[in-house]
Amino acid sequence: MELMIAIGLGIITACGLYLVLRGRTFPVVLGLSLVSYAVNLFILAMGRLAAGAPPILSPEATGYADPIPQALVLTAIVISFGMTGFLMALAVRTWHQTGSDHVDGAEPATVSRPAGKS
Amino acid sequence: MNHLLALPIVLPAFMAALLLVMHRAPMAMARGLSTLATLGLFAAAIAVLAQAESGTPLVYQVGNWPAPFGIVLVADRLSAFMLLLTALLALAVLLYTVQGWDARGQYFHPLFLFQLMGLNGAFLSGDLFNLFVFFEILLIASYCLALQGLIVERLRATLQYAAINIAASSVFLIAVSLLYGVMGTLNMAHLAERIAHVRTEDVALARTAGLLLLGVFSIKAALFPLYFWLPAVYSNAPAPVAALFSIMTKVGVYAIIRITTLIYGVEAGVVMELTSPWLLPCALITLALGALGAFGAGRLAMLTAYLTIASVGTILTAVAIGGAAAFSASLYYLAHSTIAIALLFLVGDLIGRSRGDMTDQIHQGPQIRRAAALGLAFLFAGATVAGVPPLSGFLAKFMVLQSAKDAIATVPVWTVMVTTSLLMLVGCARAGSIVLWNVTEPLPVEPAHAPRAGEWMALGALAACSLLLVLFAAPIKRYTDETAAQLLSPASYVDAVLGPQRDGLVRPHTAGAFR
Repeated sequence: MELMIAIGLGIITACGLYLVLRGRTFPVVLGLSLVSYAVNLFILAMGRLAAGAPPILSPEATGYADPIPQALVLTAIVISFGMTGFLMALAVRTWHQTGSDHVDGAEPATVSRPAGKS
Repeated sequence: MNHLLALPIVLPAFMAALLLVMHRAPMAMARGLSTLATLGLFAAAIAVLAQAESGTPLVYQVGNWPAPFGIVLVADRLSAFMLLLTALLALAVLLYTVQGWDARGQYFHPLFLFQLMGLNGAFLSGDLFNLFVFFEILLIASYCLALQGLIVERLRATLQYAAINIAASSVFLIAVSLLYGVMGTLNMAHLAERIAHVRTEDVALARTAGLLLLGVFSIKAALFPLYFWLPAVYSNAPAPVAALFSIMTKVGVYAIIRITTLIYGVEAGVVMELTSPWLLPCALITLALGALGAFGAGRLAMLTAYLTIASVGTILTAVAIGGAAAFSASLYYLAHSTIAIALLFLVGDLIGRSRGDMTDQIHQGPQIRRAAALGLAFLFAGATVAGVPPLSGFLAKFMVLQSAKDAIATVPVWTVMVTTSLLMLVGCARAGSIVLWNVTEPLPVEPAHAPRAGEWMALGALAACSLLLVLFAAPIKRYTDETAAQLLSPASYVDAVLGPQRDGLVRPHTAGAFR
């Protein structure tokens, strides 16, 4: 299970990083959400993976799952959700106001023009 | 149980929520409540400082859950110092904004108080995950504050600022959970105790987590090579907000000081002094690039933004030198630079507003009214930041230079610091003489937004703080000296949080203990 989670995390993070480095705001927002999903899974994995183990005391339990990463991940999900929502709203507003969805807030200069003409 | 420690977080949170609920109330009421809350924070900060001065860190166990199982708020000398500095700065900024600026943007006062809540929480948190949460609170408030007015430059700068900080938060979480996976705790005192006993196969992970934390805090502090977001955000933010932000980079500096002294400090065994090979070169480059940027700035706000970067470089140079004298100097410099840079942002705003369409561009422009008073204010602020004797900048830089005397890196530190001081001085002189003396027309009409009496008072308050730093240099130096001594003996912090009898907790964490 550890290997599967680790490979999965790697793939999600790689996709997220690729999207974050794009030039348009929408892929950047998507990429940041993908990275935050990977981070949430990573937090859970850092409490050691256990299947079917309860996180709270119970008389018939033979082993327990660590409850702290579950609490941490809950907070992290809420925060990253809020931040992604804010960033999305900000990106849309910037697009409306500048007319460009480029992360620099302006369309990049495309081709270099011949000398002498502007 | 000391409930006082909850006040710097609960008071602004409650007041901000109240102001949001009654956002239709008249502006005078919002101003009154906001001022009341900030005055309350100032009083609370003084009370915390008076108690923390005894030398034992104050501890508040939230919900009365004993550490390390519950959340703790801890105020040692360093936290109390930062709380007081934040409250002082907040009072001056609030005095400046209530003259009419706060009516231009929506929800200024609630956002301002949320920002203060995040700052205070970050300084008081005794828990790495809580530090993350308070960072997010102060960041989301800072995005909204930086956006006030919603002009295109602000949107553009804030979009990049938000994106880089959300990415940084992900890295922060990775570092925090990595530390949890290795150590089984997130309480900073508990981490400090356990990290000395880290198992050999986990050392690499503990080091990775430490360096990731350093990277994240470097983004917040704007340390080279992670400072590129700062000039655009600070120079485009409204001036009072930029002045408040002069403490924001210091939160990153505070966090770096905290982890390098407490967790990866002198008692950390194999992972001890993890950051020192990286910190000094990065800090010196930051300082040099900040001074160069200030020299070439095209606007007064941009000049101040680059001076902020240079100040972070200086503080972290002192932190990287290490030792009691250098830590003490870095804290004195931190207080000085926060106040002086806030002052420079506000003076730049007043000058910019008097110049009509030219705003604060460092270029030939119309002659301004009250040129003598504004010029003197700019001269004072610029000379303080650059470090002209006998102002606070000179004392602060002198302390840093002196603390580097016996260090290994004396020559590079002295060379860079002295050269950059000259560059900053010339940069400020260049900006001031172009803006104030290279003028075209005779006296213009009264500007639309003439400086008001309250705004002058805010400037005067900041200048007075800077002068008090000089006049009371001896007691303040004594306080920072003792703070440095406390930072260098993390055992007192650990004892205060975990209690002296804790044999059951000392055992090294074994991975998978739950199964």
